[in-house]
Amino acid sequence: MRINCPLCGERDLREFYFKGTKLACPDSEEWGADWDDYLHNRDNPAGVSQELWQHVAGCGVWLIVMRDTVSHVIGRVAVAKDEVRDAG
Amino acid sequence: MRVDGYGRIDRGVTVPFSFDGKRYCGHPGDTLASALIANDVKLIGRSFKYHRPRGILTAGSEEPNALVTIGQGGAQTPNMRATMQEIYTGLEARSQNAWPSLDRDLLSVNDLFQRFLSAGFYYKTFMWPRAFWERVYEPIIRRSAGLGALSGVPDLAKYDKAYGHCDVLIIGAGPAGLMAALTAARAGADVILVDENAEMGGRFLFENQVLDGAPAMDWVADVLEELVTMGNVRLMTRTTVTGVYDQGTYGAVERVSGHLDRPDIDAPFETFWRISARHGILAAGAIERPIAFPMNDRPNIMMASAVRSYLHNFGVVAGQRVAVFGNNDDAHRTAQDLVSAGVEVAAMIDSRSDISTDAADYPVYRGAQVIDTNGRKGIEQISVQTQSGVKQINVDCLAMSGGWNPNVHLSCHLGGKPIWNDMLNAFVPDPKNAAGLQVAGAAAGIFGTKGAMKSGIYRAKLVLDALGMKAPSMPLPITGDEALEATPLWEVKAKGRAWVDFANDITTKDIDLAVREGFGSVEHMKRYTTQGMAPDQGKNSNINAMAVLSDAMGQSISATGTTTFRPPFAPVGLSTLGAGGVGQGFAPHRYMTSHDQTVEMAAPMVETGLWHRPLYFPIEGETKWRESCDREVRMVREAVGICDVSSLGKIDIQGKDASQFIDFIYINRMSSLKVGRVRYGLMLREDGFVMDDGTCARLAAQQFLITTTTSAASQVMQHLEFVAQVLKPEWDVHISSVTDHWAQFAVAGPKARDLINQIVNTQINNDKIPFMGCGKIKIGSVEGRVFRISFSGEHAYEIAVPARFGASLFEQLLHHAKPMGGGAYGLEALNVLRIEKGFLTHAEINGRVTADDLGMGKIAKQDIDYIGKNAAMRPGLTRTERMQMVGLKPAGACKMLTGGAHLFEVDDDASRVNDLGHVTSVGFSPTFGTNLAIALLNNGFARIGEQVKMVDHLRKVTTICEVCDPVFYDPEGRRIRG
Repeated sequence: MRINCPLCGERDLREFYFKGTKLACPDSEEWGADWDDYLHNRDNPAGVSQELWQHVAGCGVWLIVMRDTVSHVIGRVAVAKDEVRDAG
Repeated sequence: MRVDGYGRIDRGVTVPFSFDGKRYCGHPGDTLASALIANDVKLIGRSFKYHRPRGILTAGSEEPNALVTIGQGGAQTPNMRATMQEIYTGLEARSQNAWPSLDRDLLSVNDLFQRFLSAGFYYKTFMWPRAFWERVYEPIIRRSAGLGALSGVPDLAKYDKAYGHCDVLIIGAGPAGLMAALTAARAGADVILVDENAEMGGRFLFENQVLDGAPAMDWVADVLEELVTMGNVRLMTRTTVTGVYDQGTYGAVERVSGHLDRPDIDAPFETFWRISARHGILAAGAIERPIAFPMNDRPNIMMASAVRSYLHNFGVVAGQRVAVFGNNDDAHRTAQDLVSAGVEVAAMIDSRSDISTDAADYPVYRGAQVIDTNGRKGIEQISVQTQSGVKQINVDCLAMSGGWNPNVHLSCHLGGKPIWNDMLNAFVPDPKNAAGLQVAGAAAGIFGTKGAMKSGIYRAKLVLDALGMKAPSMPLPITGDEALEATPLWEVKAKGRAWVDFANDITTKDIDLAVREGFGSVEHMKRYTTQGMAPDQGKNSNINAMAVLSDAMGQSISATGTTTFRPPFAPVGLSTLGAGGVGQGFAPHRYMTSHDQTVEMAAPMVETGLWHRPLYFPIEGETKWRESCDREVRMVREAVGICDVSSLGKIDIQGKDASQFIDFIYINRMSSLKVGRVRYGLMLREDGFVMDDGTCARLAAQQFLITTTTSAASQVMQHLEFVAQVLKPEWDVHISSVTDHWAQFAVAGPKARDLINQIVNTQINNDKIPFMGCGKIKIGSVEGRVFRISFSGEHAYEIAVPARFGASLFEQLLHHAKPMGGGAYGLEALNVLRIEKGFLTHAEINGRVTADDLGMGKIAKQDIDYIGKNAAMRPGLTRTERMQMVGLKPAGACKMLTGGAHLFEVDDDASRVNDLGHVTSVGFSPTFGTNLAIALLNNGFARIGEQVKMVDHLRKVTTICEVCDPVFYDPEGRRIRG
């Protein structure tokens, strides 16, 4: 498997660290169901999943990667920093 | 024996080798199999279960029988296929699975008890008594099972890994693969062409075919010459593609030097390749399938195509009076070729009755089948059921052909299933799901030479289209296009055992038994009988087994289906897969700048994370580690000690929002920190548990330097990048790890400042650098930093200089410390010092403790948000009966404390249900003259002053302890401020 790092180009899987599903961090400062979902509950879809990866053995950038969990086809790869900032 | 005028190997040169200690000769280009056939050696090994004599069945990587061990000791490699191993001068091969000798194997007694060794034997026999599992059954099974053995000593061979990149990977360099490669290469694509044999050419190597009126190998030579001169082609022989993975990634094993008598000293034995290809073409050919007739496993019963391969490529035949048994036209080719070579063909037994036999130069039995064979260590006679009765024929070799199975294996590695083709009586790749491969030639079921070459061009053109490249016009050599006419024949139904899987000794009866016992699904049958689970992975047996199973189940082969094809296609040594993963490649070593001097001082080293750190520095007269450790602790408490702490993580954080960021990652407030001051900090994970602790120094208004523990340095770095990039992307923060940039030494003890003042240009004092202060220092011309922080409870500093000056600073510090009664101390003393003072390490920060559990809850800020704040407020994390960090000291007659021991009420049973916690750290304190421990104890804070019982079930220690505050030493902190 290879991921196309927007900063470095296409790189082997072993250069990347996989964190998990990309979820929006809840706004509330109080503990609640939204935090429980954010920390613990995962949909584990058979299909396209939006995930967080870090190019840890490369430039260190955190990426939002669309990956098909069945075929491992990598779709859109975006720099998390830009994506989250633009969304917020 | 050799046949004059045949074979493409150089008979002018002789290559001596040995098999089972006997010396033989072959020629360059021989495989071990062909050389043994030339020397009339028939018996090569013993079968897996019944220890029956076995010979050579095939001429390729699918060989199930002729597995041998090559070399001795550290250079020993078991289970090498004699059909793939090329001979070289001095090659030493040994047979396997036979004791005391191949000729007289005692376990061949198994063959007499074959009735009891049928499928499921182990499951049924070794069920009870349960107590026998480990002590009796397992040793017996282990001794009798298995083929070749490992030497038991480290592997001396080198292994390498390599990476390839190309537009088109072409797997197999036969008629189809060569055509595909030529087409793609002429169009300008980057091509990698791999073939598992020593030479390219595929079936052309093994037949006497003609292209354009000349030997086909002349054409192969021309093609290779053209490809070699092109800059865009890499040709790889002796390379087997073992697996297909996502996004056009392929694994391949290259046999680099196992065929050489004197390989280059640096040459690896094998290289594991990861090839990333934009497109792949599978031209892996087909494998001829055996026929399951009674007693079909004797030495010198061979595949008909293998007999041709040995004749045409190596100029050897296994017998002088050969019979051929087949169900197809291709089998007749074997008979014809043998006759042309002057070998007597005693019989051509064709199971079809509707064939013409007019032109044959050999006796043909139509509608006939072999129903039995004789000859213990080599075939001597066959019984043929002819249309007019049973006939005995004396032969010394029997060639068999049940048709051809396309090599679909790799096309199924990404979940595809092959499709049954009724016309071909074979499985072919599913074109819609062939692991992204274009399949050409015999692998796609196109068996004729012309068709295969055409399909190679066609598949290459499809790939070139996808690459946006223009395909050249490709003329096709003039050749025949023999279609393979065959009538299915899987099994000869007659009395006696008929082998389906030679490698695992599975007969048609085992499959019938599996069906009778309810294991009729193909996946169940495979596991119950172990058919297809031997080193050949069912290459010879799978389709036959499915056919026999279908027959027993009364269903079609396509309804039965195949089992799952998984990598690897051919066996891969673990040492090859793990190439580069031994020694430094397994885990790199990180050395501190003081390393050389430390080693010179005879300090024993320990690896923490990847770092090498000294345990203690023994001096003359000290024989036990405790003597050194106690001395070093006293030295720090009474004078001054020096410890290299460079392995601690150091992270530089800068930016307009750096102070806000630091507040967000620590539970305590850092934004109020003044420039030139340091603060202890604790950080949580997002789920509210403690991640790490360390110090945070403010070097400038917008610059902080934080430290992490040695083991958590990379985790913290990753976490900080995550927070900065994903959680707070709007903040202006820049984070860089500077761990390797600075050498840092703890200078601890009452004389610490005196020591530092002997080497710095400008003296420091309590006003300049107060407790928890930091600043710049200059040592000679070197600019450094000083931090007044303490991990020992003493008046202490950490001095940092650029790493290249580390060794020299260490030397300077030691030099000046000596007259002051000081010196270096190691991790053991460091640990005792911090236990005496109740400081934390990752023995306590075990991933399950909260800030409150560590007694640190009070430093948390209430007003602003930080990572893990709300998660740490969950009910389960805030209740008082959690395990909390306390100190322990012995209170009874036994003074022993041990790490990892569990804690119980004094009067309770030391059993799991009564468990109250455990000891995390232990050390003997020379300061207090007793063992001291830190522990996590249920409701520990409330129990200070009470007694608990420490029980170490492993070391058999029981100690009554007093629970105390973890800060044993100087709880008021007078010395640290000194």
